[in-house]
Amino acid sequence: MSDHKSASFTKKLIYTSKTHPDDRSRMRAVANNLVLHLHPTKVPAAALRWSYTWGLGGISALLAILLGITGVLLMFRYDASVERAYTSIQFMETQVFFGSLVRSIHHWSANLLIVTVFLHLLRVFYTGGYKKGRAANWLIGIILLLLVVASNFTGYLLPWDQLAYWAVTVGTSLLSYVPGAGGSISNFLLAGPEVGQGALRNFYAIHVAVLPALLVLLMSYHFWKVRKDGGISQPAPPLTADGKRRQRVERLTTIPHLVQREFVVAVALITVLALWAMFVPAPLEELANPTHPPNPAKAAWYFLGLQELLLHMHPLAAMILPGIVLSAIVLIPYWDKEEGDIGVYFRSTIGKLMALAGAFFATALVPLLVLLDEYWIDFPALLPSWPTLVSNGLVPLLLTLAGLLGIYTSMRIVARANRSEALVGLFSFVIVGFVLLTIIGIFFRGPNMALIFPY
Amino acid sequence: MERQRKEQHDAQKKSDNRQLSRRDFMKLGIGTLSALAILEVGGASLFFMKPRSLEGEFGTEVIAGPAESFPAGSVVQFPDGRFFLVRSQDGGFLALYQRCTHLGCSVTWEADKSRFFCPCHASSFDFHGDVENPPAPKALDTFPVTIVNGQVLVDTGHSQARDTFTQNQLVYA
Repeated sequence: MSDHKSASFTKKLIYTSKTHPDDRSRMRAVANNLVLHLHPTKVPAAALRWSYTWGLGGISALLAILLGITGVLLMFRYDASVERAYTSIQFMETQVFFGSLVRSIHHWSANLLIVTVFLHLLRVFYTGGYKKGRAANWLIGIILLLLVVASNFTGYLLPWDQLAYWAVTVGTSLLSYVPGAGGSISNFLLAGPEVGQGALRNFYAIHVAVLPALLVLLMSYHFWKVRKDGGISQPAPPLTADGKRRQRVERLTTIPHLVQREFVVAVALITVLALWAMFVPAPLEELANPTHPPNPAKAAWYFLGLQELLLHMHPLAAMILPGIVLSAIVLIPYWDKEEGDIGVYFRSTIGKLMALAGAFFATALVPLLVLLDEYWIDFPALLPSWPTLVSNGLVPLLLTLAGLLGIYTSMRIVARANRSEALVGLFSFVIVGFVLLTIIGIFFRGPNMALIFPY
Repeated sequence: MERQRKEQHDAQKKSDNRQLSRRDFMKLGIGTLSALAILEVGGASLFFMKPRSLEGEFGTEVIAGPAESFPAGSVVQFPDGRFFLVRSQDGGFLALYQRCTHLGCSVTWEADKSRFFCPCHASSFDFHGDVENPPAPKALDTFPVTIVNGQVLVDTGHSQARDTFTQNQLVYA
């Protein structure tokens, strides 16, 4: 009780007892602290390894917080109207104290967040983090990733410059190829057939209210579920010498071992981000002009893999293929039920080999296919009597799916990989392929979307 | 006590499955009303956010002008209405939506090459909006044209999708 009396009022708001520098008190400090209550009082020593998690979940969460803070600041200076949006950004860039810096931090945090949540997904996949009852959190994680992409996309329109206007025009046109409801969803989002005042207002409301609310809810759930699932995924500890029990896992107290690491990563990230934001301001192009699209008009960079796919297939096929891949990623926990290899990067030696093979095949095949399709293969010309939906849609779609199936089965049969290991190979192929398509879309597509060299 | 009552209730229910007990009635009632409330709130929100367009803006009927002011073989752009009014050699009108059917960029009319060109991904369309060069998957959309008292009216609220140009899409004065 004397602890309570001596603690200052502000400390009492978050602590219920004072900390002494011994393990027991440190554990109590975590258990009794509102902020630290996110963590368990002790964590496995192996789970603290930087090379296991790369701190990606924590970095993403920190970026989300930074985005919230800078976003609220930006709201004080931004006008969501076609007449004023662009000038309010210009004013922010030139007249408002720290306006350019705040916008730049928001811009770069948002772009970096796309990268870190994607890498986080890769980390969780490659360490089998969806196994042993973690399927629900895997799904929540994927939804969070989609929400992050949606937040980025809605934020993209707000500056109302040429980049914003045409990227969103192209991006929502992609949506209208979704069979059935795509057109009406796009119409609803844009409040009409084209990007205009209605679209700007809708995107603003979704960007500053709907998506942040959903993100906060699902992030809380995501963190809570990690703890309920027994902490981040870890390999099962080896058996004891008599082979009857598992060895005890070495556990360390959250204070100082985990909190210190988090602090270092947070400070490093904020420093690098602030410096980067100072030297590389967020871009702002000319005012949006609905009658003059730029050449080439590209979607936001994280959609360029999709846009690249669209150059090679009928739009419907180019929408169905990523849809199938996304559904497959969601369903992975129900296909891969191997549980012994949880917490081990790439599952096993064979798994590692499969990952390399998948990445290698993708690196060799994807650019080759892009080149072939650009200069030689022309399905509609080869099959002139068939409708383009079949010749340029169904045919390449089925060929791609057959290729993916071929990679999986050959890994199962030729390399004798188990389901989990073969999945690692297939996943690597798909992910490397997607990243390569995105790189081609960003750097190797010039005017008229023709292939170019970027230098 | 509660458990006893529940058991009693279950036993009763088993003995006569035609009778709706008070408990089931309340459950069913609350469930139905909740579902209805969610539907109402959801529906109201959707209607609240439904796009509307105002008179004279894009999305309403635009008066293009007297029919005789458009010579045969001409292409006139209406930037506010987002369309090109095309008059074919035989005098038929066609209002082409400027939105490229590939990814929504705005096409421009290139008179020297007699084509509509999309600078985003190099699709091109002929005089009647038919695809000359992919990646565009289908002909440019059209808007309904009506001719009332010699005035050409274009309804920009209802774009019409089509695969290719056919002669019956032309409207004559």
